Amino acid sequence: MKVTPLDRIVLLMTCLLAAYQVAVGINGLENVPTITYTIAFGVLLVAGLLIIILGYAVLDSPIVVMVSTMIPLSLSLGLIWEHVGVLRYPYLVFTILGFLAIIVTRSIRMPGRLPTLILAVVHGVAGMIVFLLPSILAAMGTTRPGFALVGLGGALIGLGGLLLSFMKTGKPIVSGEIILRILPGILLLMTIAFVTGFALA
Amino acid sequence: MPPPPASAFVWASTVFRVVNKAMAIIRWIRTKVRAYLTLIKSMQTGLLLSTGLAGYLSAHTAPDLGVLSGLALSLTLAISGSTILNMWYDCDIDTLMNRTHNRPLAAGKVTKPEALWLGLILSLVGVGWAFALNGLYGLVVFAGLFIDVVVYTIWLKRRTSWSILWGGISGGMPILAGRVLATGQVDIVGLLLMMAVLFWIPTHILTFTMRYFDDYQAARIPSFCSSYGFDATRAIIALSAIIAAASIGVAGVMIGVQAGALRLMAVLSSGLLLLSFATVFRPSEQVNFSLFKYASIYMLASMILLSL
Repeated sequence: MKVTPLDRIVLLMTCLLAAYQVAVGINGLENVPTITYTIAFGVLLVAGLLIIILGYAVLDSPIVVMVSTMIPLSLSLGLIWEHVGVLRYPYLVFTILGFLAIIVTRSIRMPGRLPTLILAVVHGVAGMIVFLLPSILAAMGTTRPGFALVGLGGALIGLGGLLLSFMKTGKPIVSGEIILRILPGILLLMTIAFVTGFALA
Repeated sequence: MPPPPASAFVWASTVFRVVNKAMAIIRWIRTKVRAYLTLIKSMQTGLLLSTGLAGYLSAHTAPDLGVLSGLALSLTLAISGSTILNMWYDCDIDTLMNRTHNRPLAAGKVTKPEALWLGLILSLVGVGWAFALNGLYGLVVFAGLFIDVVVYTIWLKRRTSWSILWGGISGGMPILAGRVLATGQVDIVGLLLMMAVLFWIPTHILTFTMRYFDDYQAARIPSFCSSYGFDATRAIIALSAIIAAASIGVAGVMIGVQAGALRLMAVLSSGLLLLSFATVFRPSEQVNFSLFKYASIYMLASMILLSL
């Protein structure tokens, strides 16, 4: 399916917001969250640019699964590092091992459901952290209420990932065309939620 | 009702003739402007101009609007002039290549003498203006034009694939010129910025020569692909991307670019390196084309970031 001019504009806005977040939105944080958020929004920025240049064909690449995992993994690591000090190093180990496991299971042909299982566990844990942690922190009053928007961004990234996964497995809950039609909008809304949430934290 | 006087008919027909002539002139101007914009490769000229402006702004001196306007106009004229002179000289090649046979000169929309005069006038005014602004700046602008037209296009382009090196050096001159105009000297940062453009150019041009390999063969223009093969060309592209990204990064640190802008540069450089390595390890027409496009966005974004 072709990327329409409107899709390009929406994706460009997503890229500009992600660029803003990398350049301005994460100033003043510790080193590890700065690096992890830079990776998350950097991947979003470069991926957006590649979709603008190449169209949705870029989503057919097998590397997409590995790269798209980097966004929730690095975001969740940054959130844990900032807000749950006691879990910093255990979660850092989980992140590294999880990412390596996804690279290995996606690079080497493996029988059975192991690659899907590993992807579901790593993606699921990271996604739940990005969705739940900001919402809980905001509800408890540890951060300002606006930080809950990061959780909304987490929900949207989960939705986008879910739709793409269904499409890739050939069992879409809605047609592939509809998924691709709404994907730029989901990406933009997700980025707006993240950028606003971090700004209001 | 009495018939209108004869003078009214004369007046109306005169107005009609004048309007008709004015419309014809407007149409002619529009056609010419369209042809000239293609002749100066407006996108490429714009990209090179942006590097010149970034070179000037990278010095972070108090911006002088008069000097900045002078820089923009003199560079635009000199770059446009040299581009037209290149097209004038390469007209015979352009007619042989599928990609370029519709260019204004090759298609006969602009005559050769017209292009030569236009190229010479724009070049002379641009270089003259540059010298009037600052002697050293003028010298760098002149060097860029001379290397591009004489060394690259006339002397080497049809002889060796290594001509791209000289094309790259001339492409790096606008950013050096901008830096020289701001600082009054050729400094390390200026040379690093020039090197960044020099090594960025293969990621742009070599991917282009791979995409239009048959065209270059038909016109008998030596390219890296025809001299050393596609694999070696891809390796050179990846190596160039590493050096270009490193040069921009080091220049950014030396200029004192803010941490946020440096982070963004690192992200964009990672994208460039990723695509460059993809051309080596997973070569395809799609990856090649995306690198070609991404390289332009990368350069423009880097120039904006260096200016902050």
